[in-house]
Amino acid sequence: MLNDGVRLAWTQFWAIVWKDLRAEARTRQAWMSMGLFALLTLVVFNFAFDLRVTNQATVGPGALWIAFIFASILGLARNITAEQDRGPMDRLLMTPVDRSVVYLAKVVGNVIVISVIETVALPIFALLYNLPILQPMIAPITLLGTVGVAAVGTQFAALAANTRARELLTPLLIFPLIVPVVIGAVRATEALFTPIHGDAPWLGLLAAFDVIFLSISAVTFQFVVEE
Amino acid sequence: MQSAIQKPANGRLGGIARRAPALGVALGWLRRYGELALLGVTTLAMLLTIWAAFVYAPTELIEGPVQRIFYVHVPLAWISYLAFFFVLLGSVVYLWRRDERWDTFARVNAEIGVVFTTLVLISGSLWGRAFWGAWWVWDERLTTSLLMWFIYVGYLALRSYTGRTAQGARAAAVVGILGFVVTPINYMSVKWWRTLHPDQVLPLGGTPQLPASMIVALMISLAAFTLLYALLTIEVYKLERAQAEAERLRIQVELAGQDAMGIGGE
Amino acid sequence: MNAQTLPIDAARATATPSAAPLAEGMRLAGLVKAFDARPVLRGLTYTLPAGRTLVIFGPNGAGKTTLLRTLATLARPTAGRAWVAGCDVAEEAGEARRRVGYVGHQPHIYEDLTARENLLFFARMYGLRDGAARADALLARVGLSRRANDRVRAFSRGQAQRLALARGVIHEPAALLLDEPDTGLDQEALALLERLVAERRERGQTTILTTHHLERGLRLGDEALTLVRGRIAYAGAASALDVAAVERLYAGQPIGGRLEGGATC
Repeated sequence: MLNDGVRLAWTQFWAIVWKDLRAEARTRQAWMSMGLFALLTLVVFNFAFDLRVTNQATVGPGALWIAFIFASILGLARNITAEQDRGPMDRLLMTPVDRSVVYLAKVVGNVIVISVIETVALPIFALLYNLPILQPMIAPITLLGTVGVAAVGTQFAALAANTRARELLTPLLIFPLIVPVVIGAVRATEALFTPIHGDAPWLGLLAAFDVIFLSISAVTFQFVVEE
Repeated sequence: MQSAIQKPANGRLGGIARRAPALGVALGWLRRYGELALLGVTTLAMLLTIWAAFVYAPTELIEGPVQRIFYVHVPLAWISYLAFFFVLLGSVVYLWRRDERWDTFARVNAEIGVVFTTLVLISGSLWGRAFWGAWWVWDERLTTSLLMWFIYVGYLALRSYTGRTAQGARAAAVVGILGFVVTPINYMSVKWWRTLHPDQVLPLGGTPQLPASMIVALMISLAAFTLLYALLTIEVYKLERAQAEAERLRIQVELAGQDAMGIGGE
Repeated sequence: MNAQTLPIDAARATATPSAAPLAEGMRLAGLVKAFDARPVLRGLTYTLPAGRTLVIFGPNGAGKTTLLRTLATLARPTAGRAWVAGCDVAEEAGEARRRVGYVGHQPHIYEDLTARENLLFFARMYGLRDGAARADALLARVGLSRRANDRVRAFSRGQAQRLALARGVIHEPAALLLDEPDTGLDQEALALLERLVAERRERGQTTILTTHHLERGLRLGDEALTLVRGRIAYAGAASALDVAAVERLYAGQPIGGRLEGGATC
């Protein structure tokens, strides 16, 4: 019995991820705007800070993550508007699917979409900023940071959609919880170029935040979508 | 300051009162004069704190008299942590039991917690200006404190926007639960990172970093502010419940009126 | 069964339906639903035996949609209880969702997927093994086979609603909820809808629908429920009502006609 339940949850999970990605892939405008935004941010930072070789390692990681955050927010924003009238989400919720499965599937979908943009942005960043960013460690850092942003964004996007509290309220709610993720990610990225002895284990902190936030959110999601 | 809504002597307390008359008398006295007594005790404690902080406590060697902000700043901070913990507790129990009173409990604690945290930030800023020469620094303690402030301000904004709806209460409860993630990080920030903000002076399960007289003054102040917190919580809670009840009754009357007039009714 | 007909109409109302089946189609016990301090459903008590077709009437704001959403387990009761297809909507929501299908008056389909992909997705969500076969069969039944691989974005409203109908029954629900499914449908789709309801009746499956089209509702339903301002104004056989009677109920009058002085019984 338990095994059947788990197998069903697994099928449902991937069905949702696949459905979201397929829909995403067909409306190519979202990718365009996200990619453009990320690129623009990186370029503007380059000019704005008049970067010379000495500055790049200091400002670089921050610029990179701001670019990622902007792209993520754009990506999540379409998430909000898509479910805005709650209609399709309602129909989904009427199926015997665990609400935590819905949440986690949406997070994973968002992470994948944002990761595609990030994968394109990283080599461009390496070129523009002349930093050895393409090391193996960048992958877990980027992934954990993105998971954190997506986890927070997905939960609060759903919360806003269900209370019809958009515009001002959503950023206000998302911001304080995303900041720790961003700080962790930036510091971890900095450490790739200029390792500080005895500094906090940023990657571990990111991972801990992600795990804690995801697990609690998965449980609270049912209360967010309930009427 | 007597309770406007007198509850009848039934229920659990009524049962106790019937079985142990002396205790019953005490409970009755408590119900009628409890708040007044609490107000009195709080006032006294505050006066005592003023004495303790400005007269009794010794002047700190390096910082001078400015350091006395400590006796306000620290208790306010500790109590706001407590308040935010109660927001978490109230939110969890509300989602579990769906009892509106727990939701009110959470909301009240969020309001008081935000007020106290605002005072912590202001008092800290003043102290920082005097001691460090800066109104604000972006070290981990201050940053996470500011984040904490934002989270619960967001909580209150959400509540204000959604009004007295079940959906709003549930959404706020979720924010109250998720937002609490930052609070322990804030508390431990001085330990985990090298911050400009001073380290913990009374670490849990560690050795105190203060002379005895300062600890005494701090404890007096803590007691006073805790009493203040209790007073505020009780009063605001009762106010909220009364407002909710009033609205419920008003709508009941309105609906009954519409029913009687047969406006599409029975 | 709860026949809250007014005394003056007792003769016209059919009493209990014949041979009550084993399970209940739907049951309400003091159901209250409030989104804020103002309750939308104000204490509903009713039983629908399984296999019957219930039509729910009511003016706007009466609570029809709220009732259906509660039965669909989307909305949680504030007080009281509700059962659909034998499952408590609050305690046994998971099982209830397996047994209940829903079609609203907006299709709410995934527009960037094809018709077939939509059905396949929901088949997977219901854990159906033969999703592809069912999808193809249903697409044929609702007359969308030719458009199976077209994106729903290009569909007309009638076509989208037909797809929604297919989605609603893909898992062969014991109870089908239809919330104003006939709004804005073309002739073809309407005929399909009526055929579907008739078939379900023949197969002994429960169907609950709301509609603003009084004549159609009375024709399709066995039992009728009229909600006015969150309360049940009439519960009994559909055959005991006509359009005029329902309209009188909406106006707060008894179905038999005005009493002396305009008072209600």
